[in-house]
Amino acid sequence: MEKRRYAAGYALLCLLVLALMAVNLLVGSVPIPAGELLPALLRPSGGGDAAAILWRMRLPRLLAAALLGGALSLSGLLLQSFFNNPIAGPFVLGISSGAKLTVALTMILCLRWGMNLSSTALIAAAFAGALLSMGFILLVSGRVRRMSVLIICGVMIGYICSAATDFAVTFADESNIVNLHDWSLGSFSGTGWASVRAMTPVVLLGLLFAVLLSKPMGAYALGESYAASVGVNLRLFRVKLILLSSLLSACVTAFAGPISFVGIAVPHLVKSLFRTSRPLVVIPAAFLGGAAFCLFCDLIARTAFAPTEVSISSVTAVFGAPVVIYLLLRRQREGRNG
Amino acid sequence: MDKLLELKALSVGYRRRAVVGDASLELAPGQILSLIGPNGAGKSTLLKTIARQLSPLSGAAYLDGRELSQMPEKESARALSILLTHRPSPELMRCRDVVAAGRYPYTGRLGILSREDEREVERAMELVGVTSLAEQDFTRVSDGERQLVMLARAVCQRPRLLVLDEPTSFLDIRHKLALLSVLKTLAQEEGLAVLMSLHELDLAAKVSDLVACVSFGRIDRVGPPEAVLSGEYIQKVYGVQAGAWNEAFGSPELERPKGEPRLFVIGGGGGGIPVYRRLQRQGVPFYAGVLHENDVETPVARALAARVVLARAFAPIGEEELAEAEALLKACERALCCVTAFGPMNEGNRRLLALAEERGVLERV
Repeated sequence: MEKRRYAAGYALLCLLVLALMAVNLLVGSVPIPAGELLPALLRPSGGGDAAAILWRMRLPRLLAAALLGGALSLSGLLLQSFFNNPIAGPFVLGISSGAKLTVALTMILCLRWGMNLSSTALIAAAFAGALLSMGFILLVSGRVRRMSVLIICGVMIGYICSAATDFAVTFADESNIVNLHDWSLGSFSGTGWASVRAMTPVVLLGLLFAVLLSKPMGAYALGESYAASVGVNLRLFRVKLILLSSLLSACVTAFAGPISFVGIAVPHLVKSLFRTSRPLVVIPAAFLGGAAFCLFCDLIARTAFAPTEVSISSVTAVFGAPVVIYLLLRRQREGRNG
Repeated sequence: MDKLLELKALSVGYRRRAVVGDASLELAPGQILSLIGPNGAGKSTLLKTIARQLSPLSGAAYLDGRELSQMPEKESARALSILLTHRPSPELMRCRDVVAAGRYPYTGRLGILSREDEREVERAMELVGVTSLAEQDFTRVSDGERQLVMLARAVCQRPRLLVLDEPTSFLDIRHKLALLSVLKTLAQEEGLAVLMSLHELDLAAKVSDLVACVSFGRIDRVGPPEAVLSGEYIQKVYGVQAGAWNEAFGSPELERPKGEPRLFVIGGGGGGIPVYRRLQRQGVPFYAGVLHENDVETPVARALAARVVLARAFAPIGEEELAEAEALLKACERALCCVTAFGPMNEGNRRLLALAEERGVLERV
């Protein structure tokens, strides 16, 4: 019974991802006729304009959207497991913003000193920022148990980091600042193959490690006492969760800037679709769901007000925030603490 | 008898402050041991330490002769499972999923259930009687059902020692009985050792092979229930007035009404109990008599009446007791008779009833 549901769910998600990828390839300021898609894809160099547009711009961009969307959703799922609360996510807890601040500072410093910033260094900087925010949130969570207070703290951290980033961006006088500004609002635009090559191993390894964590995550859902009683090494497990979720959201921020609400909305939608919270089922599904969600949102960001691009975060907020509000209201109704 | 669990001079507590010190105890397979004692005496702390949720301050707990706190987590998880007062509320988990969480120590890297694991889950649900709940959402079943599902989870972990912290709290009588009878089955048929804390002394007396009283910062007394749960001892441990603990019924009695009695209750055979209780509720002080020492209502009368006139067990009411009762009756303005049948043993009470009628103080019950 449930096996059939899982199979159907996975089939649906895969179809969705593939369909959205196809639409993303076809639609844009230069529409590509469906008939030219396959020939252009098969001949990257000799396929004329269509091939150039596909291979230089749309393909790397959609791969980035899919990978980073999946990473973001996964990061949210891990944080929800850690806090045992469906309203935790890298954006509302200020982790994305922390990463954003350190990435912006690193970028500006490197520009000033004329150094070339490698993708790895970018991810490392974002990871450091994510861990800083996470550390602060953990400090607060040791004192307050209410998730709502924690989220308010996270949002405040987010504002402080964003303000600091804005200052830094405003006072940095470089020609690259336009790019930096776009990035600091969240965008997949201008993603090249170098970035895709850098993010792919990080994200896919992150997915693999998350799958390997699914067993203790399942036990942890019943609370730490029961998890410890069946043999989960709590301290190690928590450290792994924190590092992995921070790394995933840091990777997203490093390449696409902060993207809001995906981390909460997608895991919730996926769990509702599969009617289970079993990590082994939900982790890969949340990854696929995040990929589909970000492909969809990037499509809208690119095309809704073309030729002007909207920041991806604005689009994800429009679709993601209602889900978060619904979750908050539902928990309120069920009488649980925030 | 071989011992499964042994505590040797175990001290437990928080931040180097001992709550229970120097606890020593032995528990054999198939035995049920209940910890009783006042709130805050440290029963939970003791259980948490044995279940490895807390580190011992000094001393140690041994499982099969091996120190528990030194065992690898994976090994102790296969030997010991727990049921805590904290009720988890995981999202989107069916009762079956919650039960299956107990298979954690036996499954592989990804926690996928094998055929055998599935069988164990079914067996545990059947044994506890929650098979019908299997497909329901765990957060949507009642408190009592949730507790039974958590018990099934603990059972499917296949422990040799089951540690339960106040498993019956907040349950209705049906679920209390269901839970305790499962524990009895587990102990008798599967040879599990059960260690739990209980607040219901009556249930502790019925289900336990051994009762240990945690009080005054130590395990104050251990033994069979009838040895530990004596009236005087319970009164001392819980700091309640004499007579407040009804040993025969295994239940507490409320405080007796204060004041000079103006009412005499002729009792015996059990019919007086509701009358005594009603008078207690209304705050009316009363005398009771003449009751045989072994009468079913004697403990209640002793707890609630200002004075009870007693006759020796299995002996007719004597002239001496009758005279005492008559004197008390004469001092009263009202009398009640709860006795409907008279014979040679309570002939005295018939004469008492006649006296009450003659004085015109008798009221209908």
